[in-house]
Amino acid sequence: MSSFPLRIGTPDGLLFEGDAERLVCRTITGDLAVLAGHCNFCTAIGMGEAHVVFEDGTTRYAACIGGMLSVMDGTCRVLATTWEWKEDIDKDRAEEAKKRAEERLSRQGLTDQEYANATAKLHRALVRLSVKQ
Amino acid sequence: MAANMKAVKLRIKSVQSTMQITKAMELVASSKLRRAKERSDECRPYFRELHQTLVDIAEGNTDFSSVYAKPAAGSSAKGSASAAAGTTDRYCYVVIAGDRGLAGGYNSNIFKRLEADAAEHAASQTDANGGASAGSNYVVLPVGKKAVEYFKRRGVEILTEDFATVADISVADCFEIARLLCKEYREGRFGHIELCYTEFVSMLSQRAEIYPMLPLTDLESHGSLSADAPDAGSAAADASSGDSPKKPIRNLILYEPDSSEVFDAIVPEYLGGFIYGGVCDSVASELAARRNAMEAATSNAEEMIEKLNLSYNRARQASITTEITEIVAGAEGV
Repeated sequence: MSSFPLRIGTPDGLLFEGDAERLVCRTITGDLAVLAGHCNFCTAIGMGEAHVVFEDGTTRYAACIGGMLSVMDGTCRVLATTWEWKEDIDKDRAEEAKKRAEERLSRQGLTDQEYANATAKLHRALVRLSVKQ
Repeated sequence: MAANMKAVKLRIKSVQSTMQITKAMELVASSKLRRAKERSDECRPYFRELHQTLVDIAEGNTDFSSVYAKPAAGSSAKGSASAAAGTTDRYCYVVIAGDRGLAGGYNSNIFKRLEADAAEHAASQTDANGGASAGSNYVVLPVGKKAVEYFKRRGVEILTEDFATVADISVADCFEIARLLCKEYREGRFGHIELCYTEFVSMLSQRAEIYPMLPLTDLESHGSLSADAPDAGSAAADASSGDSPKKPIRNLILYEPDSSEVFDAIVPEYLGGFIYGGVCDSVASELAARRNAMEAATSNAEEMIEKLNLSYNRARQASITTEITEIVAGAEGV
């Protein structure tokens, strides 16, 4: 299968630059796969699991949260707010974050802002855990 | 003569203690700079990719259904928004300056750059509106203590002071800023958002820069990020002249589900990422500027001490000579 240039960047640095065969990523409307020869395309990344199939056939899984995905003249750019490869995810930290968020949500009298923050935190923790397992 | 000697000695002491301080500050700045530079280097690819992608999109975009993609002039010309016409011409600057002074021209350069840009916009606005526009028509979102102080003193409208210390700004804070800006932008409090920060060119040179962020049509006119081109002026000119015939061809981007929804989701992220990149670069620039300033101060102090030592020794020698003359004269008298 042919491959396409892929670049994955987050504010913490460029995580991957090279050729890939297939990229599957969760967008705001659902899962999406990018193959070589995709037309110019742009969408926003949602929260969920993503994986990349490299030229040698290996697959790497990752958790992606927020950001944008664009294909321009055959080059795919993933600019995510958070992109963590499966092996980089800190399971204990995610578990702890999940527990903390659940605790906070069970409390009474939260403001809208606090509630939104806690749900977002819980969501992120759940995404990380689901990728790790 | 003795009094003069004492004064010179005191002066030497005071210069020496100043030199100690500048030397210490230089060391602190260089050790901090290393870390800040790493952070800035890590962040830069993301920053550049983000900018490039958005410029590509802005160039190819013909669909102005999203608030963020709308050309600013179009919305005020629509008539229905005639009340908002005054505010859509307004600029909002995100100004990233330092927390502390003693960094050479770092803080004043960024403010000077901003003033020049604001004056330019004000001039073009008065031209367009036939002199109807008001004077200083902009709001700022200062990041860094010096910026907050400066704009308070100038009486410029400040959006929020929540982000006063640039040293502890994290990615999360940047996204917070971005959300706030988007909210205000959607409500129509201003029609343009620009980022005012100091680009870290090298250890010895930092440049105050202004980049337009919103609406996306502003990006298009600004062209690509001239990060490593030393002759930025000519590069930008080439880009703009080369782009105009190319534009109609590139105009084929598929947005899913549709452009306005994609923009609504992407723009806050993009602003946050862009601001974070600016903060990283500015922090590195501030430390580099401080290190250079302190290095210069230390070497000046050294020079000064040398000169003072010379005049001290001269004074000492003069007093000894006088004493000898006096003794000799006294001995002759006996």
